[in-house]
Amino acid sequence: MAKQRVMIVGGGLAGLAAAMKLAELEIPVDLMSLTPVKRSHSVCAQGGINSVNAVTRQQGDSEWLHLDDTVYGGDFLQHQPPVKEMTEWGPKIIDLMDRLGVPFNRTAEGFRDQRRFGGTLFKRTAFSGATTGQQLLYALDDQVRRWTVEGRIKIYEAWDFLGPILDADGVCRGAIGQDLVSMEIRAFPAAAVIIASGGCGLIYGRSTMSMACTGSAASRAFQAGARYGNPEFIQVHPTAIPGADKLRLMSESARGEGGRVWVPRKPQDPRPPREIPENERYYFLEERYPTYGNLVPRDIATREIFSVCTEDGLSVDKDRLAVYLDLTHIPRATLDIKLGGILHIYEKFQGVDPREVPMKIFPAVHYSMGGLWVDYEKNAAGGLTMGSPRNQRTNVPQLYAIGECDYQYHGANRLGANSLLSCIFSGLVVAPSVANVIKTAKPAEESLLKSAVAEKQAEHDQMLRRPTGGENPYLIHQELGNVMTKSCTVVRHNNVLREAIDKVNELGERSKRCSLSDSGNWNNQNVMFTKALRDMFPLAKAILLGALARDECRGAHFKPEFAMPGLTATDPAELRREAEAWVDRFDANTNKWLKSTIASCDKQGEVSLSYEDVDTTLIKPRPRLYGLVGAGMIEEVWKARQAAKSSSEGNGSAAKSAPQPAVAH
Amino acid sequence: MSDTHNGQGHSHARRTFEVRVLRQDDPESPSYWERHRLDYEPDMNVTSVLQRIAAQAETVDGVHVAPVSYDSNCLEEVCGACTMIINGRVRQACSALVDRLLEDRPGEIELQPMSKFPVIRDLAVRRRRLFRALEKVKAWLPVDNYYNMGPGPRQSPEQQEQAYPLYECMSCGCCLDACPQYSHVEVVRAEGETDEQFKTRENATFDQYFIGAHAISQVVFYNMNPTGQNNAGERLDAMTEPGGIQVCGNAQNCVAVCPKSIPLTTSIGRAGRAATKRMFTKWFDK
Ligand SMILES: Cc1cc2nc3c(=O)[nH]c(=O)nc-3n(C[C@H](O)[C@H](O)[C@H](O)COP(=O)(O)OP(=O)(O)OC[C@H]3O[C@@H](n4cnc5c(N)ncnc54)[C@H](O)[C@@H]3O)c2cc1C
Ligand code: SF4
Ligand code: SF4
Ligand code: FES
Repeated sequence: MAKQRVMIVGGGLAGLAAAMKLAELEIPVDLMSLTPVKRSHSVCAQGGINSVNAVTRQQGDSEWLHLDDTVYGGDFLQHQPPVKEMTEWGPKIIDLMDRLGVPFNRTAEGFRDQRRFGGTLFKRTAFSGATTGQQLLYALDDQVRRWTVEGRIKIYEAWDFLGPILDADGVCRGAIGQDLVSMEIRAFPAAAVIIASGGCGLIYGRSTMSMACTGSAASRAFQAGARYGNPEFIQVHPTAIPGADKLRLMSESARGEGGRVWVPRKPQDPRPPREIPENERYYFLEERYPTYGNLVPRDIATREIFSVCTEDGLSVDKDRLAVYLDLTHIPRATLDIKLGGILHIYEKFQGVDPREVPMKIFPAVHYSMGGLWVDYEKNAAGGLTMGSPRNQRTNVPQLYAIGECDYQYHGANRLGANSLLSCIFSGLVVAPSVANVIKTAKPAEESLLKSAVAEKQAEHDQMLRRPTGGENPYLIHQELGNVMTKSCTVVRHNNVLREAIDKVNELGERSKRCSLSDSGNWNNQNVMFTKALRDMFPLAKAILLGALARDECRGAHFKPEFAMPGLTATDPAELRREAEAWVDRFDANTNKWLKSTIASCDKQGEVSLSYEDVDTTLIKPRPRLYGLVGAGMIEEVWKARQAAKSSSEGNGSAAKSAPQPAVAH
Repeated sequence: MSDTHNGQGHSHARRTFEVRVLRQDDPESPSYWERHRLDYEPDMNVTSVLQRIAAQAETVDGVHVAPVSYDSNCLEEVCGACTMIINGRVRQACSALVDRLLEDRPGEIELQPMSKFPVIRDLAVRRRRLFRALEKVKAWLPVDNYYNMGPGPRQSPEQQEQAYPLYECMSCGCCLDACPQYSHVEVVRAEGETDEQFKTRENATFDQYFIGAHAISQVVFYNMNPTGQNNAGERLDAMTEPGGIQVCGNAQNCVAVCPKSIPLTTSIGRAGRAATKRMFTKWFDK
């Protein structure tokens, strides 16, 4: 009997890493992808990939500190053992990518160069020009091509994953795919199916993500019974270039080099920005945060830009939300040297020279921390047991998830340059796990495969036949994007979320009545889009319900009603009392909310929530105090309490989990 | 279908514009022009034009039509998917700005599929041949394994600066579409042929025709890698088989259209010299 195969859905960094490693283990792989794998969204990543390295290590850095930065940045909402394992693999993964030929930037002596990214004091980020994701993806793609020629991997490009095939016991026995050219629907028997389908930014209409980031594959697994963790945690980047089709990332370095953010004091002042005099400009970040000015932390910048447009109505355009990011006061020559590359991107897509005209920018949905719930097996050292069939496995036996579409590594917020690492890591880790599963997996019965195809074929045929319901899928998508962007990005209010849930339910119903403008059966992009649109709704609901239920602020999830403001007292004793109260409240909140949201979806597409405790056994949760008034005093109280606790606990386990300084850098 | 101007359009030239699309329902059907009229919006690019056409679903003549098929993904000119011929020039739809296009040719934008690849439908083409060429020239490092073996060889910043631009090639195919030596090759699937049989036959056909500048450039990339040098000869041999570098007539169209400004003719020169050298060594070694 021929060896059983593994199906990978998606050929971004995660999917290709898994395919390559499985090929090495001599396991036959099928890989299906909407886009040719070389065109996957991973190519968009510019900044770099994190790991401890020889230099940082000698400056006091360690895998442990990388773990610490990651869980601190993620507001402690991720299980720590997988993150520990990931940070330990970090240096090895960069070495491997180097061996595969990625042209990493070099130092004069020929070592890999590293830069510093947010959320750490160390220069941990290796990079390859301004297109690190592209370079990493191409190296993996070339390895996968090598194995394709050898016959170990078969690639199915322009195929849409329609869902996992589950047997009567709920075990995954393969996948259903649809060829987007011939529209053929086919069953792929597989001893394991690995979903590597990336993020779900398109649920928000436009984002910094690519067109294939619809979340459809994850949603289809979700609807088939796989659980979805932390859906409400969506990262928003403060500065993106609003475009008619996409919101393109504008690097933070524009503000780092002196860029000033402002809006005209007069709403939608029609004058060209440079003709608006200084006293009629509102430099709202500088006015509201005199100390930090334009360089307030990412989440604060995001919130202020958002609220000046939505709440204060001061957007520079009438029909589009944007503020000015102004560099025109800086000499051209300086701009060219410091910011040449990113200014070129703005010029290319806006057709305007940002050295002459202030840029228009607005925050944009950027990354989904949440994703399919996956398991892991912890080892004695607090990391992962390699090869355990549980690693990266969803709650559906033999169904796995890796990369941005899993929920495992980034908790409530992702650190820059950690995602490329988690994608490659989870891809490499899942391979030995799946190799072990294969040994005992039973082949799928023919009848199961047949009936799975028949079911999807019937759904497809019915969509093409449906009498015109009059609804336009592209317009419903725009409406969905608007609702999600208004209600569930930067600032979240329960009443707005409740309304959004009603609206999304209504849109979901309407999406079932779409008239297709194309009822043909050849490369029908219309039907494919409509299917993806309909599958956005279960995830959209999970995001909204998760956000509504979570009455606190954590990482990317911000509800002003539940914010814990800084201290106000000036009298030292009073300040101390306030700090004690602050820490009490922090502890109470941790008890109540330091848990992952777990969404489940029933057959009708209804979503329900439960919660899961987080494994924080390695590093104890501590408050994030970046930029908070009174941070010093809160930290003092916090430390005193920790010291009291650890002395009462004795000197056993305390050493390793001793809290690091709580103030941010 | 007629493609004459309608007078109405002209009087509204500042608020609306027309898009002429060369459509084709499937590989066997003939192509035809179709006209759409769109409201002008600021900051549009050609991918957003195609999105509007899909949402509108109606031609200038009020005929209800299916959305235009095309490929796209990144929308920021790094994935290569959305390549097509726009106002006569092969380029990416996502970085083609409507304002610029209308400046060059007021009132109208013209979209056609790439000319060297078989049309799947409308503006979507089948570019598998481009990836097949990368297989043929063995564009990868045959590393021992994927275990932890320490870093790769040290490389100077100069080496990196030479290599990096070559690896920015996003396999878009502009260089191929513009190349006089790269002909249109279309293999039609025979009745009853399996996936595997068709692929084998298609590969065999592709392998007889020109591999293209992009593949030659990848040979240069991998052959200058310190590890890649170990099997540089294999790549050079593959590159000089029928359809190899010798087909290039040095017309330099490729380098002029590459959106990533990859120094393709420099690559072709380097690869050509290396191939000649290898031919002589092999010949003398006989
Ligand atoms: C602009 C931008 C810049 C970024 N910069 C950085 C950075 O500097 N550092 C960093 O660490 N991270 C960065 N990130 C995040 C990082 O790029 C992504 O998280 C990562 O690339 C995701 O990789 P992936 O393999 O999970 O999925 P992707 O690369 O998104 O690939 C998903 C794959 O799944 C396929 N697929 C999807 N749906 C289906 C379906 N229904 N059927 C079949 N196939 C399907 C797609 O075709 C694709 O092949 C950035 C993100 C953005 C948007
Ligand atoms: S130089 Fe060679 S590859 Fe480039 S366009 Fe001319 S013939 Fe084609
Ligand atoms: S060399 Fe340039 S034009 Fe040719 S495929 Fe690569 S990026 Fe496109
Ligand atoms: S969509 Fe990726 S290059 Fe245009």
